[in-house]
Order: sequence, then C-alpha cells, then structure tokens
Amino acid sequence: MSSMKISNVTKNSLEKMFSENKRFDGRKLLDLNNLEIEYNVSKKAEGSARVRLGKTEVIVGVKLGTGEPYPDSPDKGNLMVSADLLPMASPRFESGPPKFNAIELPRVIDRMIRESGMLDLGKLCIKKGERVWTLFIDIYPINDDGSLIDAAGIACIAALKNARLPGLTKDNFPDYDKKTDERLPLSKETYPLSFTFFKLGDKLILHPTREEEESCDSRITWGISKWNKQYMINSCQKGLEVTFNKKEIIGMMDLLPKKYDEIIKLIGEKLNE
Amino acid sequence: MKNEINEAHEAANEKVSGSNLEERKIVIPGEVITSGDDFLPGEWTFREDDNIIANRYGLAEQVGRVIKIIPLSGAFTPRRNNVVLGRVTDITHNGWLIDIDYANKGFLPVAESPRYINKHEMDQYLAIGDLVSGKIWSISGRGIDLSFKGKGLGKLEEGFAFRITPSRVPRIIGREGSMINLIKEKTGCNISVGQNGWIWVKGENIDSEIRARKSIEFIADKVYIGGLTEKMEEWFEKN
Repeated sequence: MSSMKISNVTKNSLEKMFSENKRFDGRKLLDLNNLEIEYNVSKKAEGSARVRLGKTEVIVGVKLGTGEPYPDSPDKGNLMVSADLLPMASPRFESGPPKFNAIELPRVIDRMIRESGMLDLGKLCIKKGERVWTLFIDIYPINDDGSLIDAAGIACIAALKNARLPGLTKDNFPDYDKKTDERLPLSKETYPLSFTFFKLGDKLILHPTREEEESCDSRITWGISKWNKQYMINSCQKGLEVTFNKKEIIGMMDLLPKKYDEIIKLIGEKLNE
Repeated sequence: MKNEINEAHEAANEKVSGSNLEERKIVIPGEVITSGDDFLPGEWTFREDDNIIANRYGLAEQVGRVIKIIPLSGAFTPRRNNVVLGRVTDITHNGWLIDIDYANKGFLPVAESPRYINKHEMDQYLAIGDLVSGKIWSISGRGIDLSFKGKGLGKLEEGFAFRITPSRVPRIIGREGSMINLIKEKTGCNISVGQNGWIWVKGENIDSEIRARKSIEFIADKVYIGGLTEKMEEWFEKN
C-alpha cells in the first residue's frame, strides 16, 4: 500500500466517472461490496468474527468479564467498544496514542449497538449494585481498503452473535475454563447495521474503496435497525467539511431500508446459526 | 496473496533442474543461491566467502556469469534515471516538493519548468495535488532531485493514476515495452508507468480507461507466468 495522497487528476476523473454511474471495480455507485464472514477466529475471546468487505478486513473479538456496575445503572451490564488501528492495516495509521479516527470508530459503533436495543444490558446483571457482566468489544482492522466503519459494524454484530458466556466462580468472577452454551441476551428480531454514505461532487456512494474514500468531500454514517417491520435510525455521525442537503438526506432515507434488507438477506442466515 | 505465492513457487520450482541456474528459482533473503568463483553477484545479491546470497525475496536468475534477483515483493527503491510519478505536496522558493511514494520526498527545481515562472506564481504551473512524471536526476545526502528533461515527462493533465506493487512494474512494461504497447494499442489509451508503481492512464472515454486499468491490474496480480503477452492477447479478446 502506498502513502501518496489522491491527486487532483484522479479526483476529477472519479467525479466524472461517478456522474456516469461507473466505478473502477465495475459496481454502480450504490452497489454493495462482496461480504464474507468467518467465526471463531480467536481462541481466547468468548466471541469473534472476521469480516471481509471487498479488500477491507476486520477482526472483532468479544471478551466477557465481570466488574462493578456504574453508579447510574446498578442493574445493568457494561459495554465497552474500543478499536486499535494497527499500522499494518494502512499507511495512514500510526502507532502511538489513539488519534481522532481511533476514537471515532468505536464510538460510532458503540452508539449503533447501544441505541438499537439489540443487546439487553439489564439481563447482564449478576448481583444488583455489586457485580455485572462487562463486555469488551475490540476492533482490529487488518486491512483498510475503505468503508472501515461499515465492515467493523458488521463484524461487531457477528462477534456478539458468536459469543458464549463463560462460567462463574463462587465469588462471581468469570471462570474461563468452564464454558457454557449460554449466549448473550441478544434480540432475535433486530440487528443494527451501519451504512456510510460518501459524497463526491453531488454524487453519493456506498462501500467505497480507499482511493474513492480519500477523494470524497464528505461522509455520513447511519446506524439503522428494524423492529416490527419498522426501520429505525439509531445513530448518526457526519464527518469532513462539506454539507449534505435536504434532498440528499431524504434520498438516503429512501435507500437505507433496501440496503439494510440486502445485507440482512446475505448475512441473516449466518448470524442465526 | 497466499495462493498466488504458492502458485509462483510451484511454477518456478517445477522448472528448476538441479542446482545450476539455467532456469529461474525462488529465493528468500539470506538463502545461498550458488557458490564458487565462477559467478558474480548482481542486483539484490552479495558475496560472502564462496557463496552468493540473496538480499530480497524473488526469482534468482543467471545472466552470463552474473547472478541477479528479480524481486517479487517489496517497496520501491529509487535509482538514478528512474522515471517516477509523483504528487506535488509543497511549493518552496526555488522549486516543488514531490511525493514519489518513498521515505524521502523528491525535489523539482524551478528551472525545470518549460517557461519562465514568476516566483510568486509558481502554482500557475504546478499546484499542490498535481500529478507529475519526472526522472530521478540525482540521489544524494540532500535528497532526491527530479528533472523534466526527457520524452513524456512533465505535468500530467486529466486521466487518473493508480498504484501497483513496484516490483511488478517490469512485467507491465514487458520486454522492450511489448506489454505496455499491447495495452496502449488495444485500449487506445495514453499510459505512463513510473518505476515507483504508479501508473497514469488517459483515454478517450471512461470505459477504455477502466479497461486499461483492469488489464494492468490483471498482469500485476500474476506473480509468475511465462508467455504473459500471449495471455494478455487472450484476455483482451474476452474483455
């Protein structure tokens, strides 16, 4: 991979291509990329998944521990999402203290999972006010070829679905040698998914490759889920400088249910294994 | 990636007969390619006592008495007279700084411009983000100096640039430019290949540009195939 930034001519060329509804990999502007999911990639984590979205690759692990609840929610489990943007994933990532992207990515996904109500944190209480389950969701991008948020979102859901609770000792500490078949209290009806629209000129694209992503002026991430045949927006995050207008937002709202169903159709069966 | 390397190993090692280097063989850094005083170390190899040892992962080849390696992976290492594509990243009082996809930036002096330029209006000729094709004039402790003296060098207008692994550049060009000429002829595009792996394509319409890019990426994907030019002719008939 290279660290050279996108040049003016390439950006203009992409803009021209997008106006003809064409992309380098043969997709249309709003076509999704190839998606592959693999489970149990980590032995030590309670749940793990590897997702490939085009050439983008993300590994997510769910680690379960026990801890004290937060004072404002004594009967609820804790959820922590974190990401480590490894330098091997992209020349854009540097080792060192987390930078903007490494903070934004897990926060967007945390919000998406939390607000969808997919995970019932109330059922993760062991003893009220004293001991609750703590979920650590760790995101490790292996290769960043664009649309990292969307890939990480799918990987998190897959890893959560994959997770099994470990046994407990007498003092309510996890006993990792004792494995149970009990799963996390996840809703069967709803899966949150994130869709990030990128904007170049007046065109919107989904699942961009890295060069497309880098040439875009603006992006917006929607976390959506479906409950009782109703589609819901759970979270939203806008990035970069250029604005979106009302017409574009309405266009996205029309499109999101279709794209949501498309992905669920692809991964729904796998998720329910 | 794993598969293509395996493929390459199989394809290359099938052809290796014994230990003499009549055919190419895959070597890894530190591997003894051959020993004896009959041979001389060439590109990416060095001599230690009696042995000639590989410096890079690639195909070892014997040309006359010289053993050399054609690297299969690795970053671009600039050399004198390499043509590279780069992106203007900064303008200084006496020239432009060019990102050539290497640890050090390239420097293009203002004298390389084909016409007189007012020092306050240097971005009239090359602005930040513009794509240029230049030749490496010198590599010294101060840095890498670029030059526009040569055919086809200068600012690249329109079209687009993309990157392949720099070690595959010789395959894209082919023997005496046979491969690149084939692609140019079949797609009708203008193509400029930099030794740093960046390739610029400009065609009459977007479809021909996309086709040119696909064909180049097709070649860059293949680690080891003999008779690639014939394979490409087949590819162009199908696509």
